[in-house]
Amino acid sequence: MSDTAVNNTDHRETLKGADHRALRFLTAGSVDDGKSTLIGRLLFESQAILADQLDTLAKRAAGEPIDLSLLTDGLEAEREQGITIDVAYRYFATKTRKFIIADAPGHEQYTRNMVTAAAGSDAAVVLVDITKIDWRASPVPLLPQTRRHTLLANLLRVPSIVFAVNKLDAVGDDAAEAFAAVKGSLEAFAAEAGITVAGIIPVSALRGDNVTLPLDAPWYAGPSLLQLLESLPTTQETPQGALLQPVQYVARDDAEEADAAKGTGHQSRVFWGRIAHGSVKAGDAVQVFPSGQGAVVAEVRRAGSSVASAQAGESAGIVLDRQLDISRGDWIGSPAGFQATQRFSATLCWLDTEPAVPGRKYWVRHGNRWCQARIAHIDHRFDIHSLTPTDAHELNVNDIGEVTIELQQPLPVESYASNRVGGALIVVDPTSNRTSGALLVKAAVHA
Amino acid sequence: MNAAVNLDTLLPELDHRHLDWLEEEAIFILREVAASFERPGLLFSSGKDSCVVLHLAEKAFKRKISAPGERPRFAGKLPFPLVHVDTGHNFPEVTAFRDARVAELGDRLVVGHLEDSIKKGTIRLAHPLESRNGHQTVTLLETIEENRFDCMIGGARRDEEKARAKERIFSHRDSFGQWQPKEQRPELWTLFNTRHRPGEHFRSFPISNWTELDVWLYIARENIPLPELYYAHQRQVIRRKGLLVPLTDVTPPEAGETVETATVRFRTVGDMTCTCPVESGAQTAADIVAETLTVTVSERGATRMDDRTSDASMERRKKEGYF
Repeated sequence: MSDTAVNNTDHRETLKGADHRALRFLTAGSVDDGKSTLIGRLLFESQAILADQLDTLAKRAAGEPIDLSLLTDGLEAEREQGITIDVAYRYFATKTRKFIIADAPGHEQYTRNMVTAAAGSDAAVVLVDITKIDWRASPVPLLPQTRRHTLLANLLRVPSIVFAVNKLDAVGDDAAEAFAAVKGSLEAFAAEAGITVAGIIPVSALRGDNVTLPLDAPWYAGPSLLQLLESLPTTQETPQGALLQPVQYVARDDAEEADAAKGTGHQSRVFWGRIAHGSVKAGDAVQVFPSGQGAVVAEVRRAGSSVASAQAGESAGIVLDRQLDISRGDWIGSPAGFQATQRFSATLCWLDTEPAVPGRKYWVRHGNRWCQARIAHIDHRFDIHSLTPTDAHELNVNDIGEVTIELQQPLPVESYASNRVGGALIVVDPTSNRTSGALLVKAAVHA
Repeated sequence: MNAAVNLDTLLPELDHRHLDWLEEEAIFILREVAASFERPGLLFSSGKDSCVVLHLAEKAFKRKISAPGERPRFAGKLPFPLVHVDTGHNFPEVTAFRDARVAELGDRLVVGHLEDSIKKGTIRLAHPLESRNGHQTVTLLETIEENRFDCMIGGARRDEEKARAKERIFSHRDSFGQWQPKEQRPELWTLFNTRHRPGEHFRSFPISNWTELDVWLYIARENIPLPELYYAHQRQVIRRKGLLVPLTDVTPPEAGETVETATVRFRTVGDMTCTCPVESGAQTAADIVAETLTVTVSERGATRMDDRTSDASMERRKKEGYF
């Protein structure tokens, strides 16, 4: 609970009462770009680091200034062997918001890490190291990896993309000119790629300029990085539309079970699940997928109690007015709301060292349903550097491609762009049980 | 002693509504365990984190029958038993709390006794008063095997320790019960991959995303019962290497040490041989929230003797199968 973090949040009154969920964000950039120092700085200035943890670092620094990048230093194996083990999660809070950083190591082959961190992230902070850019050139050339990180975050549909132009301390008096030049170049790139940018923020993670406290400079009047992060939307915000609830857990109603034993009523069941979009209240007509049966909602529950209604993002316990055969993996939705398909096109991020084999049967998980599936066709693979499509017959670890998937049974998949719950699947290797891939649905393919 | 606290009154400045979101996520994870596994169990040490997880489990699976503001009571049963690994060196107040809670809940309790592992010879103590904390893993894994548990729910938080920060919400353990950090499955969205072979199991951590402050805010808001050790009381202690060591049968004073009486509370409760209280006059969860807002030493740094030996001690223990 940092004082600095509180004092510089003038816009938080507009936030209060609107959005209280944690903002999950990932940081992209290689180790040299100052990613660890930036995370260390955010944790340090928001007082998420306690005295004994700082002591450990001070001892290691042996009289030198403390290296904040070491705060994100992870496991023994990583320290000793420089091995990167995908994502670590770090926490800090201001008075207005809680933050979860998905800290993916900036490894050479980081697609796997970045996919893991990006799934479920509300924002991506792409670090731009100004010392590596010839900002006096015209036009200012961006580093290939800045372009790649940004395109990747955009491909994975991370809702907000932020550029943090770092190491401005290293350009001294030229900071204003350098930042303006790089900003112009980033804007041009984003416009060309059709990416909406949530902000371009000058920072010095090393010195702490404009990370939590706003920059005291005549040439920059915008927010600090933290101020911007405090104002970004979280994606868990209520998606609208027709009701769609994946059934997660079916519970017997103990109270009514007692009634049933006495012969006073039927034993009803409660269908729990986190609503993907829309809302539900007693009296609503619903339909069940895949059986197609209809019913009326008799009662809605949340955590131990009856409630008037429940909405997207919340787990609702739905009690129906009649007994239907419904189990985990089924869906409850608005009547005629299901568009099921057995074939769809998708972006496939391959995470396994065993290559993706078209035709082989894998397990996929969609909502709460496990289903067999196969890659019917690899349409193309993205070039790892430019993310331009190229012809391919297989996908290896860290590859991303466009594929056509064939399912063993129809599922109500939606496009990932319209809804993450209906549009995301994981691919699991049936032999090793490893999570081998992530699927982001583009569109149903109707034969 | 406690009543439910309205956090808007207690801390008008602090936006605590993220607790609703954390609660939602934790309940979702608990239902996921119940739906995905055949024989889950909930690790219940009576510590504050496991008391929070138990409360969340009641909210996920039972019906609330108490009025708002009252001590929470629920009707119904959990779809899994509580599991406690008893080192034989527990604080008596904690064991008494455990038994009273279980009697009140009407849920099943499975206890694995470290003493039984010693009798069997699977644990060999080098010294009779040796800390039994590190040996818990053996008894835990034996209890899992005997009861054929396929998922153990635990109250670990990622903010506790950096090895924990790296662990998944659904953490796969091999047939030796070991955590293999390099083999972790990426966790994408909330599409948890719980597939496993017979003999392997999972650990699941519904409050991974909570911090120590979140836990105390939630305890205050929800009026969750805790062992009295968590609140200020008088206790005989020994000052040793910057820690307050509680005077017990298994932690006697060493030569030249003085026993004194201090007003203390525990930030964490574990084995008597390695858990230290801190000086504090905090008598309610609200007092502790206020104290936690200003605290400068981490939970483990302030209270654990055994975790100080190495930067990587938690990681090593987890690799052996510790929760």
